[in-house]
Amino acid sequence: MSGHEAQPRVVGENPWANRALGALAWLVALLFFFPVFWMVLNSFKEEQDANTAPKLFFTPTLDRYREVTESAGGLLSFGEAFTNSAVIVLTSTAIVMLLAIPAAYALAIRPVGKWRDVLFFFISTKFLPVVASILPVWILARNFDMLNSRQVLIILYLGVNLPLAIWMLRSFFQEIPSELIEAAEIDGASLRGQLTSIILPMAAPGIAATALLCVIFAWNEFFYAVQLNPVEGSTVPIWVTTNISTRGDFLAKLSAASVLACIPVVLAGWLAQKRMIRGLAMGAIK
Amino acid sequence: MTTADATTGPVQGRDQATPRILLSESWRRRLPLLPALIIMILLTQVPFVMSIWYSLTDWKVIPPGPREYIGVDNYRHMFDDHFFVDAVWVTVRMTVFPVLGAIVLGTAFAILLDRKFFGQGIVRTLLITPFLLMPVVIGLIWKNQMFHGLYGVLNWVIEKLGGSPVEFVSRYPLLSIVIVLIWQWTPFMMLIMLAGLQSQPADVLEAAKVDGANPVGIFRQLTLRHLRPYMELGILLGTIYLIQVYDHIAVMTGGGPGSTNVPYFVFQRSIGGGWEFGQASSYSIVVVVASIAIATVALRVLSGLLKGEEIA
Repeated sequence: MSGHEAQPRVVGENPWANRALGALAWLVALLFFFPVFWMVLNSFKEEQDANTAPKLFFTPTLDRYREVTESAGGLLSFGEAFTNSAVIVLTSTAIVMLLAIPAAYALAIRPVGKWRDVLFFFISTKFLPVVASILPVWILARNFDMLNSRQVLIILYLGVNLPLAIWMLRSFFQEIPSELIEAAEIDGASLRGQLTSIILPMAAPGIAATALLCVIFAWNEFFYAVQLNPVEGSTVPIWVTTNISTRGDFLAKLSAASVLACIPVVLAGWLAQKRMIRGLAMGAIK
Repeated sequence: MTTADATTGPVQGRDQATPRILLSESWRRRLPLLPALIIMILLTQVPFVMSIWYSLTDWKVIPPGPREYIGVDNYRHMFDDHFFVDAVWVTVRMTVFPVLGAIVLGTAFAILLDRKFFGQGIVRTLLITPFLLMPVVIGLIWKNQMFHGLYGVLNWVIEKLGGSPVEFVSRYPLLSIVIVLIWQWTPFMMLIMLAGLQSQPADVLEAAKVDGANPVGIFRQLTLRHLRPYMELGILLGTIYLIQVYDHIAVMTGGGPGSTNVPYFVFQRSIGGGWEFGQASSYSIVVVVASIAIATVALRVLSGLLKGEEIA
């Protein structure tokens, strides 16, 4: 971003007004966060403590976590789902980055003619609702014998994340001073040379933020997963839904499963929030 | 397919340094772009064209029958099907209300956050969390712990206030889903608006303050005007995603009356049990046409943003 790096500033001069607004921000945040807090709390309860009038004090137990991570015969197990998700999400994101980095180079640093049209083509694919393609995709996957395979989701998540990755990377690449790249070109550096010596090191934080966002979207994706991989090769979102039952209470168990399913992505998001904010919002504007 | 509205004016920026581009040079520039471009065409345009073809047939999988070309028959009687018309209206409401709710709340939160106060980082962390959660988890947790008729937290509050408990999800399926979507999308809007607030040139604000403008005036005259493109961007991105909501419907209501949007309806009529691939495809094409209509407007806004950035 340009010169004025964001500094939170004090709009009003009255310190008491500021303190009151700060307290209001805290109140709003705690209320807003409550459903998450309550989910975590419920995950440490016995079912009878979770399924009753809201209870703040109880004897915490890890039994629900034990229950949901034990593999029940025949059903999709915690271990399988996490392995599938990890393999699918990481492979897909790696391929996305391999494709998006050169593409962003061709849109930002040495722009092709009509680069704006190309960029809009990528974005416009996000306007195509997934339902419009799910039937042909399902039929193609069945014909290629790829239903219930990890490969089919790896491929489809390329389509989900590539436009976003190109869009964000382009904005990060544009911030690299063009003199540096010109100097490298005069020295005779090839595209690969420029990428490894200047662009990748300088845009590394932006690249990391972009990859993280791809990971979040792929990790949380449910529609393709449930349509194409309902049995084997299933991912974590589907595993979460196996923890609801039609008989008996299940809220504590569901909460424990939910916490496990969300924790990798939430932690990563918390750690990288500042950069992600920039990548998402500023990246989208620039 | 929707690139028609992209601006085709002279390419600006770094190109100006090298006005003469040889053919081989232009292909060398295109090369790094091609793999991504080809993959996106294969993954999005090919299925789309296949969908158009399906929509012109009377293809039913169950019971299996011959697949015949029937022209636009699927489209002709589409709006006679009141289930489809209902789904269209649900889609409109399930998109517009969450987008508006989230942009209003998100802007308010962003204004609260755009100042120094104790624990600011923690407050921001708490506020962005819903955006990071899995949509399936969000739907299930809200349904079973917040909205539950017997021991949901909301009903506990309502009873403490002297009201009688409400079966939120079964009585107000659409409203329940809208509330959940607002909760999920507010952090996203907040982040975009926060970026907008923090990119305001500090010198202009200082000058206004020195000139004796009051905070309310500064906010209305300068801040709101500056925030407008960010707000448009938030509305645009929110609309693209929310028009396709599926997960929340699947886990909260399973597409009961009043909460089936067109994407969910297409699913129900095809691989979700209807198996009428021809008719279902025609519904999905309608979603695409509607999305293109929105996208055309939206892309114009976006290209305006890109241009504005270059002038600035």
